[in-house]
Amino acid sequence: MTDEVLIKVSHLKKSFNGGRNVLEDICLDIRRGEKIVIIGPSGCGKSTFLRCLNMLETPTGGSITFEGINLTDPKTDLDKARQKMGMVFQHFNLFPHLTILQNLMLAPVTLNLKSEEEAKKIAIDLLKRVGLEDKADKYPSTCSGGQKQRIAIVRSLAMNPDVMLFDEPTSALDPEMVGEVLNVMKDLAKAGMTMAVVTHEMGFAREVADRVLFIDGGVIAEEGTPQEIFEHPKCERLQQFLKAVL
Amino acid sequence: MFHSIYDTMIAGQRYVLILQGLGVTLIIAVCAIIIGTILGCILALMKISDNRILKGIGTLYTTVLRGLPLATQLMIFYFVVFAPLHLPKLVVAILAYGLNSGAYCTEIFRAGIQGVDIGQTEAGRSLGLSKRQTLFKIILPQAVKAVLPTYTSEFIVLIKETSVASFIAVMDMTKAGDMIRNATYNAWIPLLTCAIIYLILTLGLTKVFDVFEKRMARSDR
Repeated sequence: MTDEVLIKVSHLKKSFNGGRNVLEDICLDIRRGEKIVIIGPSGCGKSTFLRCLNMLETPTGGSITFEGINLTDPKTDLDKARQKMGMVFQHFNLFPHLTILQNLMLAPVTLNLKSEEEAKKIAIDLLKRVGLEDKADKYPSTCSGGQKQRIAIVRSLAMNPDVMLFDEPTSALDPEMVGEVLNVMKDLAKAGMTMAVVTHEMGFAREVADRVLFIDGGVIAEEGTPQEIFEHPKCERLQQFLKAVL
Repeated sequence: MFHSIYDTMIAGQRYVLILQGLGVTLIIAVCAIIIGTILGCILALMKISDNRILKGIGTLYTTVLRGLPLATQLMIFYFVVFAPLHLPKLVVAILAYGLNSGAYCTEIFRAGIQGVDIGQTEAGRSLGLSKRQTLFKIILPQAVKAVLPTYTSEFIVLIKETSVASFIAVMDMTKAGDMIRNATYNAWIPLLTCAIIYLILTLGLTKVFDVFEKRMARSDR
């Protein structure tokens, strides 16, 4: 981890259709190489927070700066910024009409960042990295959930992002497939990737996180190292939450 | 029975009327579905756009064109809208059916596009693809597959509805059958002939689109 701030969130607010604030006044600096794990009860706003980071949700107030670019400025070219922000979804969202290889090649080739051959080479290397090179010419419908999620991860990596956002990447998986996905994420963490992960996998949080955020009621109710959060939780809500999930 | 078929259809070369009618029916249907498809694509994109004016135009179009009976529309186009242009009846019929079909195609395509899981758009956009690139590379290919069955039935409905073209004195196949009935006082032979031909057309079309559907289902395993 370096001292360089990669993503700066200041006074972020989000409400849907003018209703109550899902997020109120969240401030956070994510440094390059840092692994942040976001936990919290369902409906607390943790996914909304993550989706605000790459502007899949438009914040109602506050600002988000990524590599010095203000994403909340309407004039910002969001597409350009998003090329450097990978995102992994709970439901994988692979493109069902394309083969696995085409899934990985689509964005780099469409955006003219890579030639077909380069993109194909990168895609095959990435598939090898997650042990799925034999699936290259198959369609997503032939893959298990765990395989789909590993492919979704490398699809994002094919864009060579500076940060990876994970929105409950293992929540839709059968229990026996959770491990294979977490292992890919751990490897990625070891390789120095900046990561923001919303998850219910407390083991993963303990092992990988530099910092754990506990979001409750739309605010960061507590934050600290995994040890501080899991061994010495201070606020009562966090204590209750940990008791319920551990 | 063969005798009466001969008397009704073959004698006086009346079957030629049916064939001419069939030609007209096919010309109207094919030209109209082409116009309807192009119009449907444009209007569907307008209806899903963020621009309120474009959206409004699209909605107005589909509401009016789907809200009026086809025979009424046909006469409005012939006697009012296109009357000053003095176009041939067949052209008016093609335009009227095309414009009408455009409204239905719009709704079919719109539903198809919006039926694609929102996660697909999010995945595309989060990779840095623009809205347009996401639409053309990710959403539309999936939407096409999803709309094919309803699109087929729109084409079939169109073929069948050409039978009211005689409201503006276009001689389609139904009208041809009608003329034979008037000339021979035999109702069931010309009607049955028309019915069988319509059935062959619609069944044939269904089969053709079935092949497309199967081909596109490749990615489903």
